[in-house]
Amino acid sequence: MLRVEEAQAPVEFSPELIKKFDDIVSRYPAGKQKSALLPILHLVQAEHGWLSSKAMDKVAEYLHLQDIEVYEVATFYSMYFLRPQGKYVLEVCRTGPCCLVGAEKIMDHIEQELGVKEGEVTPDGLFSWRGVECLAACGYAPVLQIGPEYTFYENLTNESVNKLIADLKARGSS
Amino acid sequence: MARKLLLEHINVPGINTLDVYRSKGGYASVEKALKTMSPEDVVEEVKKSGLRGRGGAGFPTGMKWSFLAKPEGVARYLVCNADESEPGTFKDRYLMNYIPHLLIEGMIVSSFALGAKVSYIYVRGEMMPQIRILEKAIAEAKNAGFLGKNILGSGYDLELYVQPGGGAYICGEETALLESLEGKRGNPRIKPPFPAIAGLYGCPTVVNNVESIAAVVPIINEGGEEYSKIGVGRSTGTKLISAGGNVKKPGVYEIDLGLPVEEFLYSDEFCGGIANGKRLKAVVAGGSSVPILPANLFLKTINNEPRLMSYESLADGGFVTGTMLGSGGFIAFDEDQCIVRNTWNFTRFYHHESCGQCSPCREGTGWMEKVLHRLENGHGSLSDMDLLVDVSKKIEGNTICPLGDAAAWPVASAIRHFRDEFEWHVTNASEAVTRNFGLAHYADPLTKKEAVA
Amino acid sequence: MSVKVKIDGIEVEVEPGTSILNAARQIGGDIVPPAMCYYSKLKDSGGKCRTCLVKVSKGSEKDPRPMPKLVASCRTAVMDGMEVQNITSPEVLEARKGIVEMLLINHPLDCPICDQAGECDLQNLAFDHGAVKTRYEFDRRTFEKIDIGDKIQLHMTRCILCYRCVFVADQITDHRIHGILNRGDHSEISTYIQHAVDNDFSGNVIDVCPVGALTDKTFRFKNRVWFTKPVQAHRDCDKCCGKVTLWYKGEEVLRVTARKDQYGEVEEFICNTCRFDKKKTSDWVIEGPSKVSHKSVISSNHYEFKPLPVVKTNPLLREANEEQFERDTRL
Repeated sequence: MLRVEEAQAPVEFSPELIKKFDDIVSRYPAGKQKSALLPILHLVQAEHGWLSSKAMDKVAEYLHLQDIEVYEVATFYSMYFLRPQGKYVLEVCRTGPCCLVGAEKIMDHIEQELGVKEGEVTPDGLFSWRGVECLAACGYAPVLQIGPEYTFYENLTNESVNKLIADLKARGSS
Repeated sequence: MARKLLLEHINVPGINTLDVYRSKGGYASVEKALKTMSPEDVVEEVKKSGLRGRGGAGFPTGMKWSFLAKPEGVARYLVCNADESEPGTFKDRYLMNYIPHLLIEGMIVSSFALGAKVSYIYVRGEMMPQIRILEKAIAEAKNAGFLGKNILGSGYDLELYVQPGGGAYICGEETALLESLEGKRGNPRIKPPFPAIAGLYGCPTVVNNVESIAAVVPIINEGGEEYSKIGVGRSTGTKLISAGGNVKKPGVYEIDLGLPVEEFLYSDEFCGGIANGKRLKAVVAGGSSVPILPANLFLKTINNEPRLMSYESLADGGFVTGTMLGSGGFIAFDEDQCIVRNTWNFTRFYHHESCGQCSPCREGTGWMEKVLHRLENGHGSLSDMDLLVDVSKKIEGNTICPLGDAAAWPVASAIRHFRDEFEWHVTNASEAVTRNFGLAHYADPLTKKEAVA
Repeated sequence: MSVKVKIDGIEVEVEPGTSILNAARQIGGDIVPPAMCYYSKLKDSGGKCRTCLVKVSKGSEKDPRPMPKLVASCRTAVMDGMEVQNITSPEVLEARKGIVEMLLINHPLDCPICDQAGECDLQNLAFDHGAVKTRYEFDRRTFEKIDIGDKIQLHMTRCILCYRCVFVADQITDHRIHGILNRGDHSEISTYIQHAVDNDFSGNVIDVCPVGALTDKTFRFKNRVWFTKPVQAHRDCDKCCGKVTLWYKGEEVLRVTARKDQYGEVEEFICNTCRFDKKKTSDWVIEGPSKVSHKSVISSNHYEFKPLPVVKTNPLLREANEEQFERDTRL
């Protein structure tokens, strides 16, 4: 059982977000609104940074699902965060082809640079990082991506990682 | 230089916009199909072309289409599988990123052929930028009257939507993809029934790879007959190969099937050889799940014939001395790479991505990963290799979906071809952590090419 | 209209659409493939554990080609003229042995302290098809025990992820609050946030669970099943059929379960009132002892405490014997 200790404030979706939800639901045949679950969870995560159980309950209510159906889906897919994350989550590909050209070294470097272990959040709340499985960009390896828009950073070197972190720091604190 | 069918205009600036794409002859196949052909004609053309599924299995696309059940009053769906996540493969990302209208054009023609009124493109969630690109392109196409009601006055209606995934390799399996598209956990369904009978929402459905759908465009434009002239034997047409790993020029290349692998690997038109002047040790020819081959067996078959990039030639020798074309994810390993570590890495991937539904795959992938991790870190024993082969055999073929096979093959083949390296990891454990086993007798038989200045 | 199918050389005629497993059950005996996840009373169950794999050596009369892989007999429909090999195929037995090993590598093997022991499908399966020892040398996966509701305990470490309890919640009860969370070998049955599974039929998850993952808290550590005596009984129940098995130890009803058939499947689901709240003999109309297979451990060890003649005549020994009897029955 996953115990979520974090205080969970009640979640309200803005009318704009609900409008986006409605638009997504309209893509599927009547009665098949469950199909909208994955895209809606992406939108909620983009808005809140992670999926709290309160937020998932709210999604279940909107889609007329049982709460557990949403939990089941959210825990299955690796892109949904079930705990609060840093503002920028650096997701580094750690699968074979990337490792052939040094992804492991890049991960070590990021760990050193940020000073936190995989899955942890930096004290300023800006960063967390994790290794993810193949991002389908093996020709541009090593790569990392940053949500919620999943912008891509290719052909990483220690220097480009340093620059990226500095840029994000500047952007995040302004 | 062979003609490109899919990537011909890839370098034209602005090809991702409708106007430029149109100016290069885009959407001609939609006009041709909807105005002059019946859906059956389109299916027939695709059958004639001999196009085989580009997602990995290589099942003839035309035949797949003709299996689609057509009961009265029941909707039919076409779903494009853009959940590209096979390690080594990145051709679909490339295609959607640079020339999205090609996929949309293919979707329209294919949907027309199958009688689908609503079609979905299931894109893996990590490709959010590509999802935005596709959504923009769809809006453009709709504006220009290629989507929506009564397309080009033909009376055919089609809505096309992009669906993001949530990050699960297993959703590349077609029934898991459909489950995911229905908003559920990506657990593959137990077949039968096949999607052609009961797929999305229980309706007849065809699931095709991005590249297969895109290939329909040149097939309709030039005729299936013309298309089938490219390639060798039953491997017709062109194929996108994503070259990665230690090649000098990684990237996506469109090749005519039947190109000698040596040319693909060493000519400057394609990979340009191995990076940093090193030698080739091994190749995974079609994405991580196909058997790995040492360089000597990869370049020449066991009968000493040159190997070609085609479904048949790569499979020559079965799983003993051959491999598969798979999805075209070409990964080259140079002499400094450790096969044990790589096998562990791949197995970790399958362990991570196993859906956990059926027991051999759920438990077996984790077991193999642990044994390989032990081997890689110098704590293994000589019996571990036999154990791994046995566990992989217990998984292979006994699972609901092909992920079990995909997890078993790389392990079995790595031990088959590189057993001495695994043993060396046991016997020389302390050395194995600091040094590489090297090339042994499976190195590239070709003389090293001089670096091109 | 019926189809003929041959299983291990024995021919049987069944309705079209019958699964191979059910056709084999119509023949009965040793050729019935074991099933850990399939449950005939639950729609869509089966196909996941892979213990019922069989070899189809002839597809059908029309298309005699054999099937390329072993198939899950619980989810494969028979065709006319199909020929199936189960225990006559070494390939099947080998694969099954592998599956049993896989199911056991992360199973805690805590049978000595598990309430399910003695009526556990996995125990039977491992006894019939498993290897003598394991080749797995790593730490086993563990989870914390949790209570889902005050009457049901979930011991996830023992779970083999058959999904039966999920189907029960979906199909027998009106609301499901537990499900499969996470992916791969981290999958677990859970409620995500602590919730009690509470509705009139929730207790049936205990009966369908093939292992000791979901157990009756009211029976927890009360007794080994082979020391208890199953008795068929019924009562008028306004929620369910009211037909149950009472498990007696001496005069006391230790637990109530639904009646199970020879494949360990319940005949009819029962409600929680019958299961948890009616534990007095006076609540029930007794029909007679349940038939227990002579192979089952439950049929053995029913110690009769008839004192030996010598004891009968000696008041001291008699008293000691009574004490002993009481102590034994209290356990």
